Amino acid sequence: MNSEKIIETTKLTKAFGSFKAVNEITFDVKKGEIFGFLGANGAGKSTAMKMLTGLLSPTSGEATVAGFDVFTQQEKIKKNIGYMSQKFSLYDDLSLLENIKFFGGIYGLSKEQLNERGTAMIERLGLADVSHKLLKEVPLGWKQKIAFSVATLHQPKIVFLDEPTGGVDPITRRQFWEMIYEAADNGTTVFVTTHYMDEAEYCNRISMMVDGRIAGYGSPKELKADFKTENMDEVFVKIARGENYKLQ
Amino acid sequence: MFDRLKGIIKKEFYHIFRDQRTLLILFGIPIVQIVLFGFAISNEIKNVKIAVLDQSKDEHSSQIIDKVLSTSYFDLDSYVNSLDDINDAFQKGRIKGALVFPPKFSETLRKENKADVQIISDATDPNTGTQIGNYLLLQVQQYLMEHEITATSTLPPALINTEVEMRYNPELKSVYMFVPGLITIILMLVCTMMTSIAITREKETGTMEVLLASPMHASIIILGKVTPYLLLSFVNASLIIALGKFIFEVPVLGSYVLLIGEIILYCLVVLALGIFVSTVAETQQLALMISLFALFLPTMLLSGFIFPIENMPLPLQIVSKIVPATYFNIIIKSIMLKGATLNFILKETLILIGFFFILMGVSIKRFKIRLE
Repeated sequence: MNSEKIIETTKLTKAFGSFKAVNEITFDVKKGEIFGFLGANGAGKSTAMKMLTGLLSPTSGEATVAGFDVFTQQEKIKKNIGYMSQKFSLYDDLSLLENIKFFGGIYGLSKEQLNERGTAMIERLGLADVSHKLLKEVPLGWKQKIAFSVATLHQPKIVFLDEPTGGVDPITRRQFWEMIYEAADNGTTVFVTTHYMDEAEYCNRISMMVDGRIAGYGSPKELKADFKTENMDEVFVKIARGENYKLQ
Repeated sequence: MFDRLKGIIKKEFYHIFRDQRTLLILFGIPIVQIVLFGFAISNEIKNVKIAVLDQSKDEHSSQIIDKVLSTSYFDLDSYVNSLDDINDAFQKGRIKGALVFPPKFSETLRKENKADVQIISDATDPNTGTQIGNYLLLQVQQYLMEHEITATSTLPPALINTEVEMRYNPELKSVYMFVPGLITIILMLVCTMMTSIAITREKETGTMEVLLASPMHASIIILGKVTPYLLLSFVNASLIIALGKFIFEVPVLGSYVLLIGEIILYCLVVLALGIFVSTVAETQQLALMISLFALFLPTMLLSGFIFPIENMPLPLQIVSKIVPATYFNIIIKSIMLKGATLNFILKETLILIGFFFILMGVSIKRFKIRLE
């Protein structure tokens, strides 16, 4: 991991009328790190993520993603990121191969690239037997991994994962995190939202949002030391109770 | 850019052809509807059972009865002997009409140059009732004209020669009305309902978010999603016109080029409507409800397909003016049945173009607001 900042925000804000869903958040993500974006439902995680992925225009503040401005260069950002939404976001009535071709295609991959990377991906996942089956016939545990692989098929600089392990059994979650590590080892920056506190431990650094603000920010180790607790669950409980904590 | 658009169109076709329910709605409904409307549901007067009470049994009365029964419109149920018998037959549902001649019919006609015939028709269904009445009346009048019945007196016969010409549909076939009407309804069903459901489905499954997070512009995504439905609507419209022409002999008198152009225009309007619905509805179910109850029913009832707009109360007439199908109904009937050229349907065409731009504008705006 190096110290080059691939996402950087300064007082980024999104207001819906008088309600500030995201209120002046300032943080950065370094190239190749796994950055956990934590917070309860409704804390503003998704809104913040949508601004960073170019789905929403911010109200004020500054932010760059992969070196591009979120206000003016949304299209360029989109070319450099991968996105996996909360829900299982592939087409159930298309086969694995058709999904790969479709999603690779919308990111502008050529036929040769699609064939090459698609075949490599299917081999890596060991899914050669089911590559022509419709996805609805594939077990759920596989789908999550497939979705992740498809989201990174175009080799984005950053991949955004919106609660990727919601409703998945612990073993699959564990396997999923192995994939995330693998991607990070290959130099892809991973930006992941979750509300599983044990998953926070897997991240290099995290930020915790409460009511639209960042209430905790740092590595799991630092946060645990600051709050004098043994696990992230308690860190989160303390932050949520509003215990004083000074951002560095 | 074009490759990506092609990718979405291809994917959408996979969705359509892999879902049996979608296929059923796309192709099953049009065929079932046209067969139902063409064969089963008929507004025509054909083989209507009537009863005859002839109290004169003379020359003119029996000749009129013969004339009435010689047409394909009416069949004799029975000769009856009293009005009570007629009432009885009506109540039992055996007859839909009755003809009553008073005693000394021919004699009165000769002496006074006029005579009474009573025509009774079952008006529980007002449209058919009126039609039966008019048809019977027409037969009697025609008889009088053909025979130039004059009085024995010196007065000249008081005859006004009227001739009714049923223009554009001389045999008064109801399929003439149903085929163009069905095209209107089915294009609406396919374009509005199916596209709004297809778009909201992607919102529900979360794939829309993934698509929007991709470098593809939102307009390309939507364009790719609606194109298959445009093509299929076109196939549907052609199918209905062909069925109408070869099975029910409904003509296409106007130019096919104009007809095709207008069909495409109407498809674009209802597609825009579908896109608009998908910006309002978050779920497939809501999209379906809006399409069926807020759009499909008014189109069916108020576009002039089933009920004439002129006979509606004023508030409904105003509503019918904002239903795009109303204008397309006029256009397609004019082209198919009257052989109209663009000049005659220019106003309706321009209104449809206006609808298209308004709906697209509002949809784009709403789409942006959603993203903001």
